[in-house]
Amino acid sequence: MVGLVVVSHSEKAAEGICEIAGQMGGGDARIEPAGGGPDGDIGTSVDRIEEAIADADDGDGDGVVVLVDLGSAVMNAEVAMEMSDSNVRIADAPILEGALNAAVEASGSKATLDSVVESAEEARDYRKLN
Amino acid sequence: MADAETQREAILAAVENVADRIAEEKSHLTDLDSAIGDADHGANMNRGFQAVVEAVESDDVDEMSPDDLVKLVGKTIISNVGGAAGPLYGGSTMLASKELEGGITAETSVAFAEAYLQKVQDRGKAEIGAKTMVDALVPAVHTYKKSIEQDDLPPLTALSKAVDACERGVRYTVPLRARKGRASYLDWRSVGHQDPGATSTLFILEELLETAEEHLDGEVVRDARSPDVPDESPEEAADEPLDEEGE
Repeated sequence: MVGLVVVSHSEKAAEGICEIAGQMGGGDARIEPAGGGPDGDIGTSVDRIEEAIADADDGDGDGVVVLVDLGSAVMNAEVAMEMSDSNVRIADAPILEGALNAAVEASGSKATLDSVVESAEEARDYRKLN
Repeated sequence: MADAETQREAILAAVENVADRIAEEKSHLTDLDSAIGDADHGANMNRGFQAVVEAVESDDVDEMSPDDLVKLVGKTIISNVGGAAGPLYGGSTMLASKELEGGITAETSVAFAEAYLQKVQDRGKAEIGAKTMVDALVPAVHTYKKSIEQDDLPPLTALSKAVDACERGVRYTVPLRARKGRASYLDWRSVGHQDPGATSTLFILEELLETAEEHLDGEVVRDARSPDVPDESPEEAADEPLDEEGE
């Protein structure tokens, strides 16, 4: 199964998004939070992201999709990816909607790394009004 | 140049000097960052370099080659500096450390500087004029390379000129409108403020020069900091990638 990692500047936000996506997106999705800086302060941390990628990867070779919030989250996720042995991709999507979409797709039996990234990125076009 | 033992000592001295300087400038960097960033650059960098000092004290550095030691420095920065500074300073140091495999010479130090700059640009995707550390790094690295390869100057003189170029680069960031990082959200309000990343880059280079002066006896050239404008303009320089091979 494709694993998911949610990288946010806030530890609480990352956990909360995982909670929402996990519950609304289907209970089976493997979704791990990686929020906060090295000391748990506001920021992002390569080590935390790397750990979450390892936790989200169940070793079946399906890979891991990373959702990020802003700025340094992308850079730190890229470094963690380079250090990781897992097959990892970053989805260019709004973090909450993207995580939710990705969780729905990842719970399906035919999900692939590509299809999960694609589902997450569909969330870019969502509008909240109209 | 010097043997591995001497190089190791020089690297350890550089680590200590840079860490001390960053600690001294912590609130200065945070002040610069509070104007246009998220006010954590001083604290972030200080946490990173204090961790580096601890890492080189606790790890068995006596057996390490110079490139492995520099790699440890980069890795420790990545793990301990939050935000974009971790990947930019630490990730680039880690990657560029490969260039020092044969030890530190004039040639390998140029290769290191070029690889470092290339990685910063690849990672941060910032061009000259975006009001980032790139504005200080590009003139510094180009000046260093030109001084060594074209003007055949001793490394210490070249480094001195690089620091001078870096300083001008830092001043160049003041009138710019930020196009990258947190400062870019401020748009025109970022004008008139000096970039914190360019500034900490200068502090690091100044300390490297200081350390090199202490460790390279007899090669000190005191008048090296006279202005010597590089042949190419920063804009032209930015168009030509320094290292075609990259990574």
